[in-house]
Amino acid sequence: MADSIRLQVSRYRPEEGSAPTLQEYDVPLRKEWSVLDGLNYVKDHLDSTLSYRWSCRMGICGSCGMSVNGTPELTCGTFLADLAPGPVRVEPMRNFPVVRDLVVDIGDFMDKLPRVKPWIIRDDEPEPDGEYLQTPEELDEYKQFSMCINCMLCYSACPVYGLDPDFIGPAAIALAERYDLDSRDRGARERLDVLIEHEGVWGCTFVGECTTVCPKHVDPAGAIQRYKLKAAKESVKAFLLPRGAR
Amino acid sequence: MTKRRVEPILWLLFSAGGVLAAVFLPVLVVLFGLAFPLGWVTPPSHDHLHAVLGHPLTALFLFGLFALCLAHWAHRFRYTLYDGLQLKGSKGLITVLCYGGAVLGSVVSAVVLATVV
Repeated sequence: MADSIRLQVSRYRPEEGSAPTLQEYDVPLRKEWSVLDGLNYVKDHLDSTLSYRWSCRMGICGSCGMSVNGTPELTCGTFLADLAPGPVRVEPMRNFPVVRDLVVDIGDFMDKLPRVKPWIIRDDEPEPDGEYLQTPEELDEYKQFSMCINCMLCYSACPVYGLDPDFIGPAAIALAERYDLDSRDRGARERLDVLIEHEGVWGCTFVGECTTVCPKHVDPAGAIQRYKLKAAKESVKAFLLPRGAR
Repeated sequence: MTKRRVEPILWLLFSAGGVLAAVFLPVLVVLFGLAFPLGWVTPPSHDHLHAVLGHPLTALFLFGLFALCLAHWAHRFRYTLYDGLQLKGSKGLITVLCYGGAVLGSVVSAVVLATVV
């Protein structure tokens, strides 16, 4: 194995008003080093002006998503040895405005997420003493969709979101499904009102890239198809039933 | 209160067509496109097939199959044209041509099937 690998890192400094350019750095190639370790080496030893987001280094915080050789990846879970001999192109996540270097503006996602009300909604008054109980089977119903870490790789991979930024997007719909499937939740109706719109589930054309890139195997595309069936049933009811019965 | 929308209805037709196309079209294509012409399987006689096709239930099933497969095509092709080829400008025209084509194809299949029943 060669002892170094070349990173081609996208640099964008808005105060200089320039278009993004690729800057090359040679970093040590070690078996256990991820792309994020390579970027940290650059920051510590070669160029302290490089900006990027990261936190936990273990695929939980969802901060270090970037485009690695054109594919949306968590850079802490993508290993340099797998990309040898390189070069490795590291760019900011696609479909988001770039703030600086590898840092993107996630404001749009942060605005969309609360619209699907991703929390447990109850209407019982007064609240019961103690917890809402749940069986392991009821937990299994939604567990897969609860693994989302909000890394936004699915938004970066979604061509529909790229073309139509109004689309509420894969992670938000998967999280809506996560709470709808939760036996403790009573908020399905409120979420449906948001997701039944054109910018909700109907924006999706089932390309499936969200599921391909998801580092936590959430399967947002599957969640969207399930949600479409739910929304379609409601719509058929609206066609067939009189107002009062809906 | 749920508003009345067309999109979910189109999607249901698309979904149903997708399932039917995946399950039945390969069978029909292999039988009538390969197995019978290449002699892998002895084909039923013309009279036999004609009688099967002449039964109203067969005709009804085939009509449903063709109409839904065409609806599936129309929905998929519409998005292929205006997302895939970036023809957003002619959205209305594409929509009319795709779904119109599916309706036309369904009418043609109904007419053809009606001549046999």
